[in-house]
Amino acid sequence: MRTRTLLYCAAGLCAAAVPLTGIYPVFVMTLLCFAIFACSFNLLLGFGGMLSFGHAAFFGTAAYTTGWLVAAHHCGPGTAIAGGVLAAAALGLGVGGLAIRRQGIYLAMVTLALAQLVYFVCLEAPFTGGENGLQGVARGALFGVLPLQSDTVMYYLVLGLFAAVLVAIMRIVHSPFGQVLGAIRENESRAISLGYDVQRYKLLAFVLSAALAGLGGALKTLVLGFATLSDVSQSVSGEVILMTLLGGIGTFFGPVLGAGIVVTLQEYLSEVVGGWVTVVIGAIFVACVLAFRRGIVGTMLRARRVRSSQ
Amino acid sequence: MTEIFGIPVAVILGQLMLGLVNGAFYAMLSLGLAVIFGLMGVVNFAHGAFYALGSFAALVGVQQFGIGYWPALVLAPLAVGLLGMLIERLWLRRLYGLDPLYGLLLTFGVALLLEGILQQVFGASGQSYPVPDLLQGAVNLGFMFLPRYRAWVIVASLAVCFGTWFLIERTRLGARLRAARENAPLLQAFGVNVPLLLTMTYGGGVALAALAGVLAAPVILVSPQMGSSLVTVVFAVVVIGGMGSILGAIVSGLLLGLIEGLTKVVYPEASNIVVFVIMAFVLLVRPAGLFGRE
Repeated sequence: MRTRTLLYCAAGLCAAAVPLTGIYPVFVMTLLCFAIFACSFNLLLGFGGMLSFGHAAFFGTAAYTTGWLVAAHHCGPGTAIAGGVLAAAALGLGVGGLAIRRQGIYLAMVTLALAQLVYFVCLEAPFTGGENGLQGVARGALFGVLPLQSDTVMYYLVLGLFAAVLVAIMRIVHSPFGQVLGAIRENESRAISLGYDVQRYKLLAFVLSAALAGLGGALKTLVLGFATLSDVSQSVSGEVILMTLLGGIGTFFGPVLGAGIVVTLQEYLSEVVGGWVTVVIGAIFVACVLAFRRGIVGTMLRARRVRSSQ
Repeated sequence: MTEIFGIPVAVILGQLMLGLVNGAFYAMLSLGLAVIFGLMGVVNFAHGAFYALGSFAALVGVQQFGIGYWPALVLAPLAVGLLGMLIERLWLRRLYGLDPLYGLLLTFGVALLLEGILQQVFGASGQSYPVPDLLQGAVNLGFMFLPRYRAWVIVASLAVCFGTWFLIERTRLGARLRAARENAPLLQAFGVNVPLLLTMTYGGGVALAALAGVLAAPVILVSPQMGSSLVTVVFAVVVIGGMGSILGAIVSGLLLGLIEGLTKVVYPEASNIVVFVIMAFVLLVRPAGLFGRE
C-alpha cells in the first residue's frame, strides 16, 4: 500500500513538473483531455459492462456547447465548461434512456446510430458553424482572475480536473452504487432478482459517463480553441474504444496510458507513415482484440497477481 | 399535373423509386448482417467495408482487366467472399465463445484496415462506374420515367433476398446452418463439419455485401467511405427490424428506404436522420424491434 502511495506521489510530481521540462504543453493538455474522455468511456464499459459505440456524441456536444457559449455569448470559461458538461449529461440522459432498453451488442448499435443522429444535427444546426466548426474560441480568464491564455495556467487547470476525474471514478467504483453496477455487469438477472432497479443504475452510470466525457470535450475546446465536426465523428468514438482496449478495460490507469499512446501515435505517426495511419490503427485494433484483450495495464496487473499467488 | 399537398405526384413517385432503390441496398446489407449474426452470433462491423470492396472489385475489373458488369456480378462477390472466409479462418474463429462484443471490436478493426487500404490505393475521391449497355435509358410508364438500371437493381436485390431466405429457411443446408446455431456440438457429433459451415456462412454474408456493392457501383460514386456511412444506417435498420428474422431484415430495409425517400420530398433536411429517429421511437414502443423476439 505504501509503495502505491509513493507511486501516485511520484506520478503527480512528474505531471506537475511538465511545464518546466519544455515539452509542448498544448500536446500534454490534449492528451489529458482525451485521457479524461477515455476514463469516462471505461467507467461505462469496464465497470458498467456497457459498450457505447458513440461516445464522441457526448465529447463533441460538450465541445460545441462550450465553444458556442464563449464565442456567441461571451461566457467565462467556468460557465462555458459547466454548460458543456451539463449539455453532455442531458444528452447522456436521452441516449442512455433509449440505449439501456437493449443490452450488449444491441446497445452498441443503438449508441452508434444515435451518435450519427447527433453528428447530422451538428452538421445542420445553425450555431455549430457547419463544416468549418467553431474557430477561434478564446480561453478567457477563469472566474475573472486566472488568465488561461497562459499555457502554464491552463495546464494546471486541466491537470487538476484530470486528477479530480480519476479520484471521482475511484470513488464511484468503490461506492455502493459502483458495487451494484459491477454486480449488474456480472449477472444482470441476479441483480434484478435481488431487488435492484437495474435500469436506474445503468442510466445513472450512463449520465455520469456522458458528463465526464463532456468535461474532456469542453476542456479540449478551450485548450485548442476550436470545436469541429470531427469531435462528434464516428472515428473519435472508435479512437476512445481503442485507447481503453489498449490500456486495459476495467483498470483505473489503463485508459490514461491508452490515451497517451494513441494521441502520441496520431501526432507522430502521420509524419512517418503518411496516410497509412488508419491502417496502422486498424491493425493495432485487430492485434489487441486477438492477442491482447486485457490491455497493457490489465496484463501487468495479472502478471503481478500470478507472481504474488505463487 | 396532379398534386398531393402541393407536391407534384411525379416528384413523389420519383423519390419513392429512389427510396426503393436505397431500400433494396439496406435490405441486402441488413440481410447479410442478419445471416451472419443469426447463425454465428457475430455483429459484422466490417459489412460496409466489404460492400465498398465489392464496388472497387468491379471497378478494378473493368478498368484493369476489361471484365464487364455481368461477369463482375459473380466474380466480385466470389473474391470478396473468399477474403471474408480467410478472415474468419485466421481471426474471427479465435473469438467464438468469448463475449460477442469482441467480435464487434475485431470487425471494427477490420473495417478500418480495409477502408484505410482502399483509401491509400484508390484515393479518397469518388469514381464512377459505367451503366451496362443493356440497361441504359429509361422506360416511360406514362406517369413517370423509370430508369432501366434502377428497376433492375430493385428486381435483382429482391430476387437475391428471397433466394437467401429460401436457402436458409427451406433447404437442407439451411436446416444444418440453423442446427449449428442451436447446438453445434450435437450437429458435429452427427458428422457435419461445423467449423467449415461457419466459415462458409461468413463468406456468404460478406459476398452478399459485395454483391450489393457491385449493384450499387453504377448509381453511386465509388469511394472508400461509401460503406462506413451506410453501415450505421443499416445497423439502425437492424435494430428497428430486430435481428430475429431474415424476413424482418428484408421488409424493414425496403420500408425504411421508402420512408427515407418520402422524407426527401416532405422535409429534405430530415432525410439523413429519419431512420435514426424511427429507431428511437421503435426502442421506446417495442424494444425488441418490429419483427424481433425476446
